[in-house]
Amino acid sequence: MSPTRPLHLAVALDGPARYDAQHYARLTGLAERGALDFVTLGDSFARPGPDALAVLACVAPTTHRIGLVPTVTTTHTEPFHVSTAVATLDWVSQGRAGWSVGVSATDAEARLFGRRPAAPCQALWREAGEVADAVARLWDSREDATGARTPAPDRAGGRSGLHRIDFQGAAFRVRGPSTVPRPPQGRPVTVVDLTGAGDAGRRVAGRHADVVLVRARDPEEASALRTALRREAAARGRDPESLRVLLSLAVDLGGRESAPGPGLDAGRRRRGPASYYSGGPVRLAEQLARWHRGGAVDGFHLAPIAPHRDLERIVNGTVALLQHRGLFRTFHPGGTLREHLGLARPANRYTTAPTRGVSV
Amino acid sequence: MTAVPRPMHLAVLCPGADDAAVPADPRSAGRIDFAFFERLARTAERGLFDFLLLTGGELLTGGEGLCPPEHGERGDSPDPVGRPEPITLLSALAAVTERLGLAATAAPAVNEPYELARRLASLDHLSGGRAAWHVATAADPRAGENFRRDGPSGRADRYAHAEEFVRAARRLWDSWTPDGVPRRLAHSGRHFTIAGEFTVPRSPQGHPVVIHAGDSADAREFAASAADVLVTRHGPPAAGTSRISRASGPDARAPGPDRSRAAQDRSPGGLRVLRKAAFVLGSGDAEAQERAAEIRRQRISPQCAIRALERIWGRDLSAYDPDGPLPAIDPGPAAAPGAGGPSGTAARWRALAEAKGLSIRQTVIETSGRQSFIGTPRAVADAMADSVARGAADGFVLTPSPAPGGLDDFVAQVVPLLQERGVFRPRYTGATLRSHLGLPEPVWNG
Repeated sequence: MSPTRPLHLAVALDGPARYDAQHYARLTGLAERGALDFVTLGDSFARPGPDALAVLACVAPTTHRIGLVPTVTTTHTEPFHVSTAVATLDWVSQGRAGWSVGVSATDAEARLFGRRPAAPCQALWREAGEVADAVARLWDSREDATGARTPAPDRAGGRSGLHRIDFQGAAFRVRGPSTVPRPPQGRPVTVVDLTGAGDAGRRVAGRHADVVLVRARDPEEASALRTALRREAAARGRDPESLRVLLSLAVDLGGRESAPGPGLDAGRRRRGPASYYSGGPVRLAEQLARWHRGGAVDGFHLAPIAPHRDLERIVNGTVALLQHRGLFRTFHPGGTLREHLGLARPANRYTTAPTRGVSV
Repeated sequence: MTAVPRPMHLAVLCPGADDAAVPADPRSAGRIDFAFFERLARTAERGLFDFLLLTGGELLTGGEGLCPPEHGERGDSPDPVGRPEPITLLSALAAVTERLGLAATAAPAVNEPYELARRLASLDHLSGGRAAWHVATAADPRAGENFRRDGPSGRADRYAHAEEFVRAARRLWDSWTPDGVPRRLAHSGRHFTIAGEFTVPRSPQGHPVVIHAGDSADAREFAASAADVLVTRHGPPAAGTSRISRASGPDARAPGPDRSRAAQDRSPGGLRVLRKAAFVLGSGDAEAQERAAEIRRQRISPQCAIRALERIWGRDLSAYDPDGPLPAIDPGPAAAPGAGGPSGTAARWRALAEAKGLSIRQTVIETSGRQSFIGTPRAVADAMADSVARGAADGFVLTPSPAPGGLDDFVAQVVPLLQERGVFRPRYTGATLRSHLGLPEPVWNG
């Protein structure tokens, strides 16, 4: 049997809009029991729902290991705010934060802000790439505190360890430095979901993503996508091993005994049957194992169409079976999301001097 | 007197940029770790405080607001420690507290009404009605270099800009019907044009509590028309704050022809005036005085003194020795307003330094604000209670030092005495911050 890469599993908490913290804490706690890598929570100004990053920040103290990945949109928001909010999510979760890069493409969203008209999706993704770049630079703009928790300020004015980023994008600029200390993970995990993101989105993924979410009809297509993404990353001077490609799969475990409730069937129509699984938890485990064994992807991002109903079955059925067969971890050996994903903590691009020893 | 004493309101200001030099409590973890904030919040909740206020990370600025100018930050000399982004941190603190109000600082100058109103409404939902928004109007022009938009065009414009921002936010908070049906909203004003549906239903408090801090007439006017709570800075001991409280309290809230629409749209309710105050406890008066002096010395580190001087002078003074005399050169064109000239701040500081033979650092320590309450727990409790009884303020926003241990001492030693006097709640009676503050829920404007 060929050595298999570690399997990575994530679940989406998205469902009908809920505004109470307990709902999300319960679901995330369930996913943590299954030792999953992370949960995602989508966000959009175009439909009802709370701020996803705030929700997962509220969930952070009630969980201890699982990664927390809200969608954060980049179109009508401030790159500086995106950076400080995700950095703070990393601080309050002690190194478990990520963010899924989002864009706001509709006229309706543009009118909520009244600053500029809606733009074509490809232009928005090009800007999202700039935002991801600026955000990561802001995370680096304060050097890690050494030894003593706070950097020793120099006598002249306490300006040591801070760096301007002077980022100039096509539509925005950011001077820096950030107001939030460098996050525990150095840089929280950047996730790019390629659905609807087109070529521009794929370039953003190759350049900036740690985790890429893809959809595919079969293992061959998934494998080809993964290879192309790794090649893209290599062309950008990145180590292809620093990229995790997860297959997104909408999951309906309702089976025949209960038809999806009103609205829940939308997933199948929107996504098409290719990335839509309907059946029982055991067969799902077998399908995941088959795809992963073939090396098509590094793992899966499961989006139950009814998380309040199906997440428990995924964890206690599908995940338990994968664990039983030795295909998935039974606990989190690491503490940070990067550790779960097998990704190194990135060095600070602005630090030239060796970081060991006393701060200078 | 047999009258029921006026209830006192208490809040804690988490030490931020202006207190970067406040010595961290050796008993606590690092100043950025969640454990630090969790402990502070839990202590405040144990002390039955109204709310915890976090200063923001987006506008590192002094000027009008919570940071005294002599300790404020400049755009080019950012807070060396850094701190978390308030709304995200408070969302996490919502999970480890049950009653404590959670107040986030956010500046209209660098935010959009739709996004900020949504984040605050989300916090109000997640916390079960404990969110508050400290509207920071102070604007360091350099802060704009981090953001897409330019915000208000100048000092005169900033209150008009903030007023429209708050009004737009309130309309968004009101946009769902009380029974949960989203409705379209269209706002068109000088600064903002918003059309569409809000993504969040009306939150538990109706509107998160709105807080403003400042001492100017503009600030009081803004607070009276747009806010629920006014935080006034530690003023000179002789002047007190009674004038502010009485002038801006009931009177300023009376409807008048020049009141903004925002004020008239809202139900009448009292503006709570809280005074920013530092306290130092000791087992005796002498010990407390000694500790107070020591804290002042620690607050003003050598580099902090130079930065304070640079703010006044508007020049790079990093070459000067903090233990040496004040610069002989005059303030530059970027000097703080009122710094130059024969009667300016710089001249007064020079005169003080010469008269007392003080170094740069000693001068800054001498001119920095004194702690408001220094003494035994009994003396501090008495002074605070008297201040509220006189109508000088409805309560206090306390800045603990050291942080967060200083708050533990207050909660353990002073709060019971305030309760004993009947001026502070013996328990939380409501679940929301509005209920702690005795503020009515805003009437829904359909």
